[in-house]
Amino acid sequence: MAVVGRALLFIALVTAVWGLAATVVGVRLGRQSLIQSGSRAMPVLAALLIAAFAVLEVAFLGDDFSFTVVATHSSTTTPVLYKAAAAWSSQEGSLLLWAMLLTVWSTIALRVVRGRLLEVTPIATAVLFALAAVFTGMTVLLANPFQTLAQVPLEGTGLNPLLRHASMMIHPPALYSGYTLFSIPFAFAIGALVTRRLGSDWLQVTRRFALGAWLALGLGILLGARWSYTELGWGGYWAWDAVENAALLPWLLGTAYLHSATIQEKRGMLKVWNVSLVLGAGVLSILGTFLVRSGILSSIHAFVEPGAALRWTFVALIAVELAVSVVLVISRRKQLRSEHRLDSLLSREAFFLAQNVLLVALMLIVMWGTFFPLISEAITGTKTSVGPPWFDRYVGPLALVIVALMGIGPLVAWRRSSWSQLGRSLLWPLLFAAVVGALLIGLVPDVRDDLAALVLFVCAALVAGTVAQEFARGTRARMAMSNENFAVALGHLVQRNRRRYGGYTVHLGFALLLCGVAASSSFQRVSEIPLKQGQSIEDGGYRFTYAKPTVEVTSERVSLGAEVLVSKDGKRVGMIDTSKGYYPANMTATVGDAFSGETETDVGLRAGPWRDLWIAIEPNTSRILPIAEQIDRRFKNLTPEARAVGIVGVARAYLRNPPPATFRILVSPLVTWIWAGGIVIAIGGLIAIWPARSPARKPAREAEIAPKSA
Amino acid sequence: MLALLVVMLSLLVVIVLLAAPLYRSASEGQEERLDNRPEDQRVELEAQRVTKLNEIREAELDWRTGKLSEPDWKETDAKLRAEAAVILRELDAASAPKPA
Repeated sequence: MAVVGRALLFIALVTAVWGLAATVVGVRLGRQSLIQSGSRAMPVLAALLIAAFAVLEVAFLGDDFSFTVVATHSSTTTPVLYKAAAAWSSQEGSLLLWAMLLTVWSTIALRVVRGRLLEVTPIATAVLFALAAVFTGMTVLLANPFQTLAQVPLEGTGLNPLLRHASMMIHPPALYSGYTLFSIPFAFAIGALVTRRLGSDWLQVTRRFALGAWLALGLGILLGARWSYTELGWGGYWAWDAVENAALLPWLLGTAYLHSATIQEKRGMLKVWNVSLVLGAGVLSILGTFLVRSGILSSIHAFVEPGAALRWTFVALIAVELAVSVVLVISRRKQLRSEHRLDSLLSREAFFLAQNVLLVALMLIVMWGTFFPLISEAITGTKTSVGPPWFDRYVGPLALVIVALMGIGPLVAWRRSSWSQLGRSLLWPLLFAAVVGALLIGLVPDVRDDLAALVLFVCAALVAGTVAQEFARGTRARMAMSNENFAVALGHLVQRNRRRYGGYTVHLGFALLLCGVAASSSFQRVSEIPLKQGQSIEDGGYRFTYAKPTVEVTSERVSLGAEVLVSKDGKRVGMIDTSKGYYPANMTATVGDAFSGETETDVGLRAGPWRDLWIAIEPNTSRILPIAEQIDRRFKNLTPEARAVGIVGVARAYLRNPPPATFRILVSPLVTWIWAGGIVIAIGGLIAIWPARSPARKPAREAEIAPKSA
Repeated sequence: MLALLVVMLSLLVVIVLLAAPLYRSASEGQEERLDNRPEDQRVELEAQRVTKLNEIREAELDWRTGKLSEPDWKETDAKLRAEAAVILRELDAASAPKPA
């Protein structure tokens, strides 16, 4: 089977190179047959890479340890879904996944633009082939997932315990989908620059792919945050880790682009800005992949050591993308001149522009902080990290201003607005925000001492008020025009203005998400304390009692945990289970080995709309390890069955006489709002991405532009 | 053996699919150099038309949701419709059949 995989990859590489060569030569010579052959190569390439990926999946699911990646990333005891996901936990599999996703999205994109952008598309196709060739080349030459072992082991080493989480199924493919989808607008931007066709048609055609990239990347970031919150045992969802930041950088540029692209479409303005944002997001997507796969910056995601050849390939690709982008933008600056100027500083365009500048500033700050270890090493010779407080200091104020703009911007008209009109539109949202602020000050004592959090809640309330008012006024207007009832009018309003109302829904989700972030980071209660069985601790208004120890022995791991009784004001709230799993590298070794090796925390979580109760245990193995060592000393060369009996015996000893365990207990307000906000953002994004019927030309031609009376 | 067969079959399918346009072109004789500019220009104008119509609709929605006063909306609306008329005229010219 490995031979088939290797051959498919090789044919895929040749196909990618053919596609690139045929397209470029076809454009150069004006030979349509070559261009056609090139564009045909894309679905063929996608099919080949899908087939290669399927071969890899079959190897993982069938425990074929003759494959090096399967032997080093899976085992017979790994659950089936994790086996399937283990393919992209390896360097080799993840690069293949990248190449496969790129070609799948490229195939869809080329299908969507068929018959349009006839000059731009072949150049964009060549760019996509070049990217596909580089990634396929890496899988063929530098990180081949179909390498085999001379001696086939009976058992694999298993999947890294930290990767055994439901997010593992979706988080990496979502991030990679985001990265690869950003390549589509990137390629078309290059095509538009090369052919000097810099109108808004390429923006319109690729907008949905940019939005898809933004959505997928956002989903991936949020799933990663959830994974961190429930798996890593430190209680946070965001640590300003290099790899987390790597995904945030193109997402921020993508957010800016999705707003400013509308200005170019409507007014022919900001052409340099838009094309730069798209090119920047494309380059940052490759940079993000590089950071995940290279380990050049220390990160909790640095699972692999890629080797110099792979690193330099990435560096060369990023350098080429950057150089080509800069040269093209500079050389086309005349064609990129704006067709109009801002009519007024009090216009939607001006607000979008301000928000764009802030988002780009935010991106630059995050980038500086992320790469600071490399910068400091280059200057001083010592790697120094800036740490989360540095990020919080700069990102916090900018985020506040962006949220405030989100509250006001939608109330400003396109082209030109007036202060009196804006004042009237702002009245109710401002009143709502003021009432929310007053209620918070009156009812939540903690908020009074944290001005930044209070301002953010008020701004978020302003956003919510604005969105609610926009939906209400729009629906009322529609009801007046068409005699529809509220529900039908609301449905039709959203259906006919998907971008606008999808965007408002995203704003609402973002406000919810930021409320969750502000509350959980400002008002979180954290205790870390050793407790004996029966002992309690009080924090955040709750009483946590170490009720009893628990153990679980499976063929794959040994878990030591606890049941923690939670009560409030003397009333039982519930029992929360938490444990720590030990995954020995070799289950057939000694009894003592079963309590060492790689570990994974099963966080105990009781989530609610207002607060989460979060508990992680750090068991104390000091009493049981000597027992295990004693067994190992006394009984050499244990059979697996006898060893299992020994492990169960040691586990029972832990239950009989449990030592104090250290508990990390968090009472975090509004964490659920982060996930709820993410869902609302996804709904808004889906509304905006859903294709709208374009106005038919022929039947309504005259009516389209006939003057309309109020 | 089966692996070899699968590989050879994949290779054959790929070659046939990629070579088909070249074969067709060779069998049909001299290939004409295509000028895609007129069609691209028409598509660009079509995109502008759709955008302009959406802008007209959005300006009305801005007025109806209280972001624009009625006089401001009427002024904007007239401007947008004039711009739309220009685009439609250009579109008509671009779509008209070229004299032989």
